[in-house]
Amino acid sequence: MKTLISRGKSRIDKERLILAVAAPLLAIIAALVVTAVIIAATGKDPFAAFSDMVTYGSASDSQVYILNKATTYYLAGVAVAIGFRMNLFNIGVDGQYRLAAFVAAVLGGALTLPGWLSIPLIMLAAMATGALWSAIAGILKVTRGVSEVISTIMLNSIATAIIAYLLQPEQLGQLDDAGTLVSTKPLPKSSYFFTIDVGPAGQVWGFIVIAVLVGIAYWFVLGRTRFGFDLRTVGQSESAAAASGVSVKKMVATSMIISGAVAGLVGMPTLLNDSHQYDNSFPVGLGFTGIAIALLGRNHPVGIALGALLWGFLERTTNHLEFQGYDKEILGVIQGVIVLCVVIAYEVVRRYGLKRQQQRVGAELAAQAAAVRTDKQEVAG
Amino acid sequence: MKILYGMQKPDEGTIAVDGTQVAFATPADAIARGIGMVHQHFMLADNLTVLENVVLGAEKLHGIGGKARTKIREISEAYGLGVRPDVLVEELGVADRQRVEILKVLYRGARTLILDEPTAVLVPQEVDALFDNLRELKSEGLTVIFISHKLGEVLSVADEITVIRRGTTVGTADPRNTSTKQLAELMVGSELPSPETEESTVTDTPMLHLAGVRLTQTDLDGVERVILDDVTFTIRRGEVLGIAGVEGNGQSELVEAIMGMRTADRGTVALDGADVTRTPTRKRREAGVGYIPEDRHRHGLLLEAPLWENRVLGHVTERPNSKRGLLDLKAARADTERIVRDYDVRTPGIEVTAASLSGGNQQKLIVGREMSHAPKLLIAAHPTRGVDVGAQAQIWDQIRRARREGLAVLLISADLDELIGLSDTLRVMYRGRLVADADPATITPEELGSAMTGAASGHLQHTEDAEGGDAR
Repeated sequence: MKTLISRGKSRIDKERLILAVAAPLLAIIAALVVTAVIIAATGKDPFAAFSDMVTYGSASDSQVYILNKATTYYLAGVAVAIGFRMNLFNIGVDGQYRLAAFVAAVLGGALTLPGWLSIPLIMLAAMATGALWSAIAGILKVTRGVSEVISTIMLNSIATAIIAYLLQPEQLGQLDDAGTLVSTKPLPKSSYFFTIDVGPAGQVWGFIVIAVLVGIAYWFVLGRTRFGFDLRTVGQSESAAAASGVSVKKMVATSMIISGAVAGLVGMPTLLNDSHQYDNSFPVGLGFTGIAIALLGRNHPVGIALGALLWGFLERTTNHLEFQGYDKEILGVIQGVIVLCVVIAYEVVRRYGLKRQQQRVGAELAAQAAAVRTDKQEVAG
Repeated sequence: MKILYGMQKPDEGTIAVDGTQVAFATPADAIARGIGMVHQHFMLADNLTVLENVVLGAEKLHGIGGKARTKIREISEAYGLGVRPDVLVEELGVADRQRVEILKVLYRGARTLILDEPTAVLVPQEVDALFDNLRELKSEGLTVIFISHKLGEVLSVADEITVIRRGTTVGTADPRNTSTKQLAELMVGSELPSPETEESTVTDTPMLHLAGVRLTQTDLDGVERVILDDVTFTIRRGEVLGIAGVEGNGQSELVEAIMGMRTADRGTVALDGADVTRTPTRKRREAGVGYIPEDRHRHGLLLEAPLWENRVLGHVTERPNSKRGLLDLKAARADTERIVRDYDVRTPGIEVTAASLSGGNQQKLIVGREMSHAPKLLIAAHPTRGVDVGAQAQIWDQIRRARREGLAVLLISADLDELIGLSDTLRVMYRGRLVADADPATITPEELGSAMTGAASGHLQHTEDAEGGDAR
């Protein structure tokens, strides 16, 4: 009987693992098929395109590019995932990171401290700004019942307007020598984040270390602490959370603030490792990329990392495809199809898994009962 | 039942209606074949009239106007349902709502009715009225499938009984020559458990004391509704206080006020001598409140989480689940194994989701969890609802054990036999007030039922001997 139980357990575990991998795999295969059909429809050879993507994507300079891009995407994905685990849809990561990067850039430009002091200060300022900006949405939600989806979308626009206003030569911005680019005062060299030199392939941004640390912290806090358990409980069932003694409102506000704080870090790899200033060409829309990546990575710290790498890979390789005569819109098509397929595949697999488990449990219990019965009969006989 | 109504597909086997073999992909297919279902939880929109509720989704049949109204009246008269089409559903009582549900199904042309636990929410008098309705339907040539855990009801209303245990048909019985005992033996393979309690263990030490608790709620229209009014009672150590009442008379809110999920507008809640009126839920739980919620899916479990996470739920700050803010996964898992063993939770392991367990096993897990933290007060709201007879007996045993060990138990139930059998003291709740009290040693379900509908109040009959039930 004991062996029966343990055998049943491992079988269910194994099946769960297969199901967990099945969903993203299915989605990516489906996306590949759809993309192939589209490329073929434009009269080009899809397989040549795919092989070009693989060859170009695996070149060492491409790998460095992908890693650097993925660093930013990972942070964005984690910021969104924190909200998702709570059933909160933080669309505002976009505005939060841009405002945070702007404030951090202004502060960084003004500081003339040694790097070991100024870099943490810049990062803290960014996190605080992101947290404050998201706290507005969080507080509106718990006190007035405003949907965070609506409020964060509006806050994104407000952030855009604030930055546009402040980033003028007569405010906090300055015109470059060519007179074409408005930026904040550049960071002094001492405030540059370290990079890892990998020879001719380029330099890997040192911020990747911070991204890994954020990933570990995310995993640890959610999976190993009381706070994380409370957070996940609210995400799974607000009514059960309330009955179990979690203050749902406090939790909503707190997780929104944490999500915003991580969002504040999204702009940091670019600011500290690359641009060293906030200007008109600072990347936009990373918050939305983060949503796609969190969905793709199933809110799992490792899954998000894989999603971020995939996104970097697609971006790098489809850019190159353009030079090979393919349409550049193919990137958007692939990304869109992947996200769509992933969402559908996860839902299908989740439902299938739940049903399947229910059946298995029923079957195993029946088998156990039968085993007990024969045992008894043997004793009786 | 879900298969019959097209909500789930069978893996194998066939269904035949009127001699023809059929396959249902959706409930719509089932409806088209004349099968209608009356759900345990009513599917009615409160802010619409009966007419609107009935035609909703079936507008094509007779329109939404006069023709539909005439049809509803016709059906209502033909089967003696007494449904008035132009009343708002929110103004109707539970029994009337159920009749609207039945009418809804008939309106769609059902010839076979499935009723899922229809009597769970009714008082005895209403149950009799429902049975009269069902007999009426039967005499008009309709088929009724009546699903119930209550053996007495099945015996009194059915023409043929099929007993299902763990998903297989274990036998059929003829109600005319079958006793409840025989039926129960078919159901569990053992004797019928009874909720009777033992020697009184009531002490003089008050554990839970509510004084003048009042709770109001302002609804969307800005109208203030009184949900609880002047609720005062004391439960002592070793005492089971039973609260009877038709559901929706404030019982859920009373539990929430004691648990701290709602804060009373007036009055005090004291636990073991300490005022906890404004204490948050978690602190109250830590102070020793065990809670078996009435709706375990909404309040007691994380359905898609594994069993061991469900074991942590509600007690995340307590050992063995955590130490200094960190979860202790190993200890929590080990303790879940213990609960599964000690409380006879039938499961192949602790990594399966709570959703894959049967209702009875889910409930046993909850009972085990709540009893594992040395509670002083146990709140049991409908502890055996939707639970098979075997699990029911075990849960009753646990409540008796809790009482023996000196816990104060607040028992809320719609099963009057359960209430009378387990309680030391009985109170009746009606429209947010405790309107009557009774001695479980002598009171009958019918007498309780009349107080539950507001027909009687104060000290109910048969209460000459001392309150507290030490006579038994």
